[in-house]
Amino acid sequence: MKLITAVIKPFKLDDVREALSEVGAQGITVTEVKGFGRQKGHTELYRGAEYVVDFLPKIKIEVGVSDDLAERVIESISRAANTGKVGDGKIFCV
Amino acid sequence: MSKILKIVKIGASLALLTPMLALAEEAAKPTLNSGDTAWMLTSTALVLFMTIPGLSLFYAGMVRAKNVLSVMMQCFAITALMTVLWTVFGYSLAFDTTGMTKEAVNLNTFVGSLGKAFFNGVGRDSLTLAIPETVFATFQMTFAIITPALIVGAFAERMKFSALLLFMTLWFTVVYAPVAHMVWSGDGALMWDWGVLDFAGGTVVHINAGIAGLVACLVLGKRKGFPTTAMPPHNLTFTLMGASMLWVGWFGFNAGSAVAADGSAGMAMLVTQIATAMAALSWMFAEWLAHGKPSALGIASGAVAGLVAITPASGTAGPMGALLIGLAAGVICFLASTRLKRALGYDDSLDVFGVHAVGGIVGAILTGLCADISLGGKGLAEGMSVAAQLWVQTKGVLFTIVYSAILSYGLLKLVDMLIGLRVNDEQETEGLDIALHDERGYNL
Repeated sequence: MKLITAVIKPFKLDDVREALSEVGAQGITVTEVKGFGRQKGHTELYRGAEYVVDFLPKIKIEVGVSDDLAERVIESISRAANTGKVGDGKIFCV
Repeated sequence: MSKILKIVKIGASLALLTPMLALAEEAAKPTLNSGDTAWMLTSTALVLFMTIPGLSLFYAGMVRAKNVLSVMMQCFAITALMTVLWTVFGYSLAFDTTGMTKEAVNLNTFVGSLGKAFFNGVGRDSLTLAIPETVFATFQMTFAIITPALIVGAFAERMKFSALLLFMTLWFTVVYAPVAHMVWSGDGALMWDWGVLDFAGGTVVHINAGIAGLVACLVLGKRKGFPTTAMPPHNLTFTLMGASMLWVGWFGFNAGSAVAADGSAGMAMLVTQIATAMAALSWMFAEWLAHGKPSALGIASGAVAGLVAITPASGTAGPMGALLIGLAAGVICFLASTRLKRALGYDDSLDVFGVHAVGGIVGAILTGLCADISLGGKGLAEGMSVAAQLWVQTKGVLFTIVYSAILSYGLLKLVDMLIGLRVNDEQETEGLDIALHDERGYNL
């Protein structure tokens, strides 16, 4: 049994969920999280006052799968969540 | 406020006159015009709508979530308080014309007497121009409500509620009512006799409130953590809705100031729309150029700046003048609320000075220029050159700035001495909603 945790861009959640159903994952847990990586934060500007927002909103998904399925699950998440830009996220497997 | 003539009481006998006689009588004694009255009843509702909910929402969206109720509560309480004060003595101080003769200087040049206190003598049959005096007095009341409410934005998130009530009571009595009197009450009033053009309240409302706001934010001091801590607006959708309501309500403010449903009201409506749209765009493009992106807060602020600036000019400017005033107001108020504010370091929480005082000054001065026929305006008074009118406008602006600044400072110091102006640090950190009202805006 493997626990796969992936942090992805929020708008990719539906794609990832569909991809997981296709490879046969039985269920996932979804959490709204914030963090930063290479994408860093962004700045907001209100009447000339600039605020730096360090942490960006992301979605964390957790999937428990059997060992033989893990590789395909990781691959499908990686494909579905990919945009090719920084900030696509990370996948961990334990 | 084009012309506040004598208020003439019409006895029941007038109704009995034959039409022929009535015609002859009309020149001397105003009669009620139902069209004018209907428009003024509507305008009054529109101007009240500007404060609650318009201005309340505009401000509420810009503060942090922990203070959202405090600013809405302040606007609401000011609405009620000013109504009572206006009834007891305000209308009389502002519009009683006893003892006033053109060019003669006496106490009534600066403030009205108490002859109309408690609306004494204002009955069903009293007329102002061609509308019931009750309607005129209520219309003017809504101006007396929004002016102090505008100041709230300058000291938002840090003033004690009790201090606010006391300060506003004093400010209304000593600053608002006399300035309204000096500009609008007719022959024998200080700025009226100077020939200051202020159709709907550039000096009386906006410069007056904007300067009081600047003085208030300086006397109270910066919010804890300003400018190093982020204090972003908590809900700009409120602000956009509020700005939209202000825009709509302003037709009552400006076109209603004709005190008639006539061509002057029609032109006031048109130039108000044009200047507002132009200023919304000019603030938006100025910000786009300066910071790389156009913002919703920017376009809304620009619209309000345009509304402010066209206010004094709305009775005299034409469409070309409106474009000019809008263009100038959008850019200049943008610079005042961003660059100037940052350079000087004062904490005018919601830019009452940058938008209302600066927009009011831009509008009041340009009113002198745009009234000229060459710019499509109504034309200046006989014997008045553009330069002379510009000087009169400047004199009106300077007088209002000095008067409002000195008295606001004195009143704030007095209130501070009596009950203290500012909440303590703990209350400020907790937020005024919980600290002062035992409530919160959002229980999510």
